[in-house]
Amino acid sequence: MNIATGMRRRDFFKAGAALGGGLLISFYLPELSGTSETDRAKETFAPNAFIRIGTDDSVTIIVNKAEMGQGVYTSMPMLIAEELEADWSRIRVESAPVDPAYNHAVFGIQMTGGSTSVNSEWERLRKAGAMARMMLIAAAAQTWNVNAQSCRAESGYVIHAASNRRLSFGALADSAVKMEPPKEVVLKDPKDYKLIGKPTHRLDTPSKINGTAQFGLDVRIPGMLTAVLARPPVFGAKAVRINDEKAKSVPGVAAVVSVRAGVAVVASGFWPAKLGRDALDIVWEEGPNATLSTASLREQYANLAKTPGAVARKDGDPTQTLASAAKQVTAEYEVPYLAHAMMEPLNCLVDLRSDRCEIWTGTQFQTVDRAAAAAVAGLKPEQVQIHTTLLGGGFGRRANPVSDFVVEAVEVAKAVGAPVKVIWTREDDIRGGWYRPMWYDRLAAGLDAAGNPVAWTHTIVGQSILAGTMFESVMVKNGIDGSSVEGAAELPYAIPNVLVDLHSPKVGVPVQWWRSVGHSHTGFVVESFLDELAHTAGKDPYEFRRALLAHQPRYLGVLELAASKAKWGAPLPGGRARGIAVHFSFDSYVAQVAEASVADDGTVRVHRVVCAVDCGRVVNPDTVVAQMEGGIIFGLTAALKGEITLERGRVQQRNFHDYPMLRMNEAPDIEVYIVPSTEHPTGVGEPGVPAVAPAVANAIFAATGKRVRRLPVRASDLRKA
Amino acid sequence: MIALNVNRRQYSVDVDPATPLLWVIRENIGLAGTKYGCGMAQCGACTVHIDGEAVRSCVTPVSRAAGKIVTTIEGLSADLSHPLQQAWIAEDVPQCGYCQSGQIMSAAVLLRENSKPTDSDIDDAMSGNICRCGTYPRIRRAIRRAAQLMASGGAK
Repeated sequence: MNIATGMRRRDFFKAGAALGGGLLISFYLPELSGTSETDRAKETFAPNAFIRIGTDDSVTIIVNKAEMGQGVYTSMPMLIAEELEADWSRIRVESAPVDPAYNHAVFGIQMTGGSTSVNSEWERLRKAGAMARMMLIAAAAQTWNVNAQSCRAESGYVIHAASNRRLSFGALADSAVKMEPPKEVVLKDPKDYKLIGKPTHRLDTPSKINGTAQFGLDVRIPGMLTAVLARPPVFGAKAVRINDEKAKSVPGVAAVVSVRAGVAVVASGFWPAKLGRDALDIVWEEGPNATLSTASLREQYANLAKTPGAVARKDGDPTQTLASAAKQVTAEYEVPYLAHAMMEPLNCLVDLRSDRCEIWTGTQFQTVDRAAAAAVAGLKPEQVQIHTTLLGGGFGRRANPVSDFVVEAVEVAKAVGAPVKVIWTREDDIRGGWYRPMWYDRLAAGLDAAGNPVAWTHTIVGQSILAGTMFESVMVKNGIDGSSVEGAAELPYAIPNVLVDLHSPKVGVPVQWWRSVGHSHTGFVVESFLDELAHTAGKDPYEFRRALLAHQPRYLGVLELAASKAKWGAPLPGGRARGIAVHFSFDSYVAQVAEASVADDGTVRVHRVVCAVDCGRVVNPDTVVAQMEGGIIFGLTAALKGEITLERGRVQQRNFHDYPMLRMNEAPDIEVYIVPSTEHPTGVGEPGVPAVAPAVANAIFAATGKRVRRLPVRASDLRKA
Repeated sequence: MIALNVNRRQYSVDVDPATPLLWVIRENIGLAGTKYGCGMAQCGACTVHIDGEAVRSCVTPVSRAAGKIVTTIEGLSADLSHPLQQAWIAEDVPQCGYCQSGQIMSAAVLLRENSKPTDSDIDDAMSGNICRCGTYPRIRRAIRRAAQLMASGGAK
C-alpha cells in the first residue's frame, strides 16, 4: 500500500496510464519481484517505468538494458539524471523485469544488442527524467503556493530562489505522486549539460572489485541443484544409448535426465555434476553433420565464390569495366568460425512451479527467452519471470535466437522437479556452436592508367545468421541477409562500378551474431583489398583512401584524425611499420592505425593502435574510450589467434590453451581520440572491432611485403625463408 | 571434514578432498567473488591466495588448502581501501567485471613482492589472467597507480 495516497501501486500506475498524454513514456510499471510492498513503501514516486524516487532521497533507475561490460548501468542513468537534475551520488541501478514497457525503442522486444542502447534510448530516457523533474517542481510549487516557472531543480532539490526555499526530491516524493504528468516536456539545451559529455565513473565498479557483483553463475536459491550436460560430439547428434550407472554412483549426484540438448547430470554442486557428466557412457547417433570438416568447407566455399551470387549491390557495369581496365587485381580472403568465449560460461537457474517459473540468468534477449521458456514450461509468458543478472560478457552469444541456454535449463528443471542451475563448462562453450560464421570472399578490381579504381567486385560466401530466425522476414530480402553483406555492400569509396554478391550455403554448424557481426569479416576484407589496390597503384594507402573518400566528410574526419595522431608517414624504429583502416558500422565511423613488427620466425607483435571514432554526441567519453580499447583487443584476438575448426564433424578446440585469447603481454598501447560531434549518438560497443584486423594486416604488408589474406595471421606464412 | 581458514574465518567442510578449492569457496562457503572461467588454470579468473601465494583455485584440491590461510577477493579489504581497489576505481578498469577478482588477486601478490614493477614485471605477473573485454591497458595503469599510492602511503 502506498500510505500517502491510499492507492495500491498498481492502481496508481493504471491511473497514470489513463492520464498519459503525448509522451512516449509508458506509465505501466509491473510489480517487481524480490522486494515486498513493505520494502518499497518508502519509495513513493514512480512517474514512469524507469524511475523511482524514495522519501529517503534515493533515486532508483530501472535499466532495461543488460550490463555486459559496455557501461549501460552508467550511461542509461546519466541520460535520466541529466534531465531529472538528480544528485548523481544518490543514483542506484536496478535491472528491469520483462515487460513491454522495457522493449527496445526500435526493435520492439526487450533486448540488448546491435550497439544501440544509447542510440535508441537517447530520447526516451531524457524525456523520462524531464517528466519526473516537472512533476517534482509542480509539487514544490504547490507546496509553496508559487508559480512552477519560478522554481528550478538542481542536484536532487527543487529550489525557489526568490524566497530562498528548497525541498529535496525525497521530501517531495509523496506530493509529486499526486501531480498530473505533463503533456509535453522540454529538454535541456545541450550547452547546459552537467553529466552528458563528461567523463563519469562507472556505477558498477565498486561491486566488481570486492566480490559482491552478482553474475548469473553466482545466484543461489534454497533447494537448488546444479546440472552439467553431456552435449553431442557432433552438431545435431542424438543420444541413443545411455549408461548412467557410474554417473549415478558419484557421491552428490541426484539424477540423470535426458533433454533435447543432451544428457544432464544433476547434483548437489558443480563438481559432482561434472564428475558425473564425465562418467556417462553414451552412444550417439551422429547424423548428417558427422562428415563436416573445415577443409571440405573451404573447398566448397572457394568453388562457390567463383560463381555469381545474389546481388546485394550493383552500380554501373563492373564486369565490363573490370575486363577492360588497365590493371586488374584479384584476391581471395578467408576467415574462420569464431566462438564468443565470454569469461563467464553460459548458465541459467530455473525455479519451475506448476503456475509460474522464475529464471535467473545473464541474457541479452529477455522477450525471446521468456516466450521460449513459457512454451517449454507449458505456461503463459506472463507467468515467467526473468531476473537479468550482470553478464560476464555477452558479445552476442547471450542473445540466442532459440534461447538455447534458457530452454535446456527449463527442460532440466521440469524433468527433475526442483530448482536447477545449468552450468556450461568452458569446453561446452568452445565446442557448443553458435559461432561467428566462416567466410570466404573473392574480390577483383580494375584500375585505370592513373591508378584510380574504376571497378570493384566482391563475392561473399558464408552462412546466413538470420535465416530461420524471427528476424528473417525483416532482414533477409531477395536472398540477401543484410548482416552477411554489411560493411561490404555500403562500400564508401568513389568507385563508379561496383558489384557485391552473396552465397549463403546451408551448413549444419549453428551460427550467431558475434561482436560486430558481418563487419567482423567485411572490415578486414574490404580494407585489406583496398590496401592492395593502393600498393598496386603505387600510392600511399592513407592518401589513396583520402582521395576516394573526398565526398564522405565523417569518414575523412576519423581517417585524418587517426593518421595525424599516429604521425602517419614519420619514420618508425626497429622494423615497425604502420597500417591504416577505416570502417563504418553501427552508425559510427572508426579509423585505426596499427604499428606492428614481424620477427624472423614470423611472430607478429602489435605495438600500438591509434583509434579515432565519430559516434555522434558522446554521453560518457570514458566509456567510449573503454569500448574502443576493448573492441581493439577483441579484434586483435580474432586477427592473431582465433580459429574454430572441424574434423569429422567435431570441433577441434576446447579451452583457452587451443582457443587462445590475447593476454597482457601481447596487448598494444592504445590511444583513442573522439571526433567532437552534435549528431545523434551512435554505437560504440562493436565499432571498435572491424578496423583493427585490416590495420594490422596492412602494417604487416608494409613491414614484410607479405599480404595476409587469411585469418588468423599465421607465423608460418610470414617466417623469413 | 576439512578445516579451512578463509579470510580469517574458520570453516569446516564435508567434501571429497579432491574437490577443487574454487567450488568449495563458491558453493560450500558461499563466497562467489572467485570465478570459474576455464577449469584448467588457463584464465586466472579463480585466483586466490594460499599463505600469500597466488594460486588457481580451479585446479587446486581443497585438501591442499587445509591448515593454510586462504584469502579471496572478499578478504582483500573490508571497505575498498586496498590500493589496488582504489586504483581500479580511479582508472575505471572493469567492463563486464567477471575476471577482475582474479586480476586484482594476481596484482596484489605482484605489488607485495615488487613495490615498483616495470611494464615487463607487470606482463610477467599478469599474463596468466585473461580479460575478454580487453581491459589490459587500464589494468596496467591501475597497477602503476596502486604502486604509487602504496609508496605515498595514500591508501593502506
